[in-house]
Amino acid sequence: MNSTERRRLLTNKIILGLSTISALLGLVFLFWILITLFLKGVSALDFSLFTKDLVDGGLRNLIFGQFVMALMATIIGVPLGMLAGIYLREYGNGKYANIIRDLSDIMMSAPSIVIGAFVFAVFVAPSGGINGWAGSIALAIMLIPIVVSTTDNMLSLVPKELREAGIALGGSKHKVILQIILKAAKVGLMTGILLAFARVIGETAPLLFTSGTNSFWSTNLGNAFPSLTVSIYDLANFPTDKARNLAWAASFLLTVIVLVINLIGRFIIRDKG
Amino acid sequence: MLNKEFIFKKVAFSSATLILIVLTSIFIMLFISAKPAIEKYGLHFLVDSNWNKTIETKIPLTQAQILAKKTKTQSSDNSDMNDDNLFADDTLVLGDDASGDNVDVSTNIKTDTIFGGYVPIVGTILSTLIAMAFSIPIAMGIAVFLAEIAPDFLIKPVGMAIELLAAIPSIIYGMWGLFYFAPIVQNIFGGSQMSLLTAGLVLGIMILPFMAAITRDAMNTTPDVLKESAYAMGATKFEVVKDIIFPYAKVGIIGSVILSLGRALGETMAVAFLIGSVFKVPGSLTSPTISIPVVLANNFGEASGDMMSSLFYLAFVLFVFSFIIIGSAKFYFLRGRR
Repeated sequence: MNSTERRRLLTNKIILGLSTISALLGLVFLFWILITLFLKGVSALDFSLFTKDLVDGGLRNLIFGQFVMALMATIIGVPLGMLAGIYLREYGNGKYANIIRDLSDIMMSAPSIVIGAFVFAVFVAPSGGINGWAGSIALAIMLIPIVVSTTDNMLSLVPKELREAGIALGGSKHKVILQIILKAAKVGLMTGILLAFARVIGETAPLLFTSGTNSFWSTNLGNAFPSLTVSIYDLANFPTDKARNLAWAASFLLTVIVLVINLIGRFIIRDKG
Repeated sequence: MLNKEFIFKKVAFSSATLILIVLTSIFIMLFISAKPAIEKYGLHFLVDSNWNKTIETKIPLTQAQILAKKTKTQSSDNSDMNDDNLFADDTLVLGDDASGDNVDVSTNIKTDTIFGGYVPIVGTILSTLIAMAFSIPIAMGIAVFLAEIAPDFLIKPVGMAIELLAAIPSIIYGMWGLFYFAPIVQNIFGGSQMSLLTAGLVLGIMILPFMAAITRDAMNTTPDVLKESAYAMGATKFEVVKDIIFPYAKVGIIGSVILSLGRALGETMAVAFLIGSVFKVPGSLTSPTISIPVVLANNFGEASGDMMSSLFYLAFVLFVFSFIIIGSAKFYFLRGRR
């Protein structure tokens, strides 16, 4: 073994070692965050958090409010996003579809706080007050591009033969899409929607000045609406241990919700694949 | 039948067009809402480091106004004279309540509040740069590990762990960063606990999984034949990564870095907890400062008037910047991946 060879092998070892350390570092951060959340969260967790509202020191209204807004965003955003994705994959050809596709990708990475500012200018400032609808719409704007891209990708996986068979049977194009193609892509689409829901339920920035938050139980989307994430931000900045513990409990629950939905989504994909 | 088909196609087309409409509306609404500030401060806003600062400017009066004012001080209960004061709305008329003769009657003092975006713009750029400097090497390492080094039984679980790290909401990064990470950074580097450095590092940890995942995907597109030929020539793993995979996946890797940069620019919550929210150009890495998203998050609720339009000005600047950065990543680097 000459010296050049030895040097090459040594460089190789060093770089591969550093690369493995990077991966370990990534895992360290993940487990550090998860363990912190678990320890702080579980010690602050109490069954009464689920039966009392924030005003009485609980989280019930916040969890409900966050869930309702994410659900509203899904109800508004999924049909629009899926239709747009269907257009891009099944009807769109050429320049226009490509431009929309790129714009949708850009929108997916647009700063969420700017989307909050936009919704504020359009839906909050004119009506004179923060409200749950504005929060839901802000989340829907975050969700739509995710659904567009999922639909676009999932439909592209459906084999061409299915389309041809459908049309050969005399089905019109929209029937083939609705009854054959969407069914073939069902699992992928459901997973995509699940992941999009998980993404928006953890959002804070677009809700700060659209829905705000509310210490009381509320089912009226026309007023300031309870938000788990916005309240975490408020509580964490509140200088009492009680508020901070509540913030930890809320963070723990939020992370559990988001990660569980993500894991379910991934296992559905894995079972299918 | 034909009719239904026509309607379905139109509805799908309209939904796709909605994306164009929403993006255009964001541009237009932000611009309209920012217009008073854009007109008042112009481009100087971008390099002005004052925020919410009251300044007084002396405005020389014309001969007629001085005369009017003198008459007014002499007969102060005559309210009709107020109409003659051109600056009635926003001026403090010296001598209004004063009875002495020493009052300077030749100038009016006009108070005004000025806003400039220099500090948050610098804070945004610096925190993003720190995040990138921290995350690029580690993300590349993780991607190389997942693409080339990891034994088969580790690829899936480690890959999934990295993706879960990306799914954790940003506010959680903020909480964890503030209470657990910042004290450690302060112990090592000194300075303030909430600082440019801690914000940048937590931001880096946040974009790490995202960058690593896209980089790995780009690396995985390298054809096995190319790698196998290199190994057959006696290349080491590192040489294959350096000379085969990196050149082949270069475009995708650069794209993933730029896309992550775009995301880091607009990140709010993780930074809001950690940057300190101080309107001052940071003297060192460990000084507190503020970034554009954090200014918006902290002030939007209570703002009005000039402050509100200045906040929209900042939002507009942020949106344009991230649009250009994410757009260029898409158009130039990631296009072929579809």
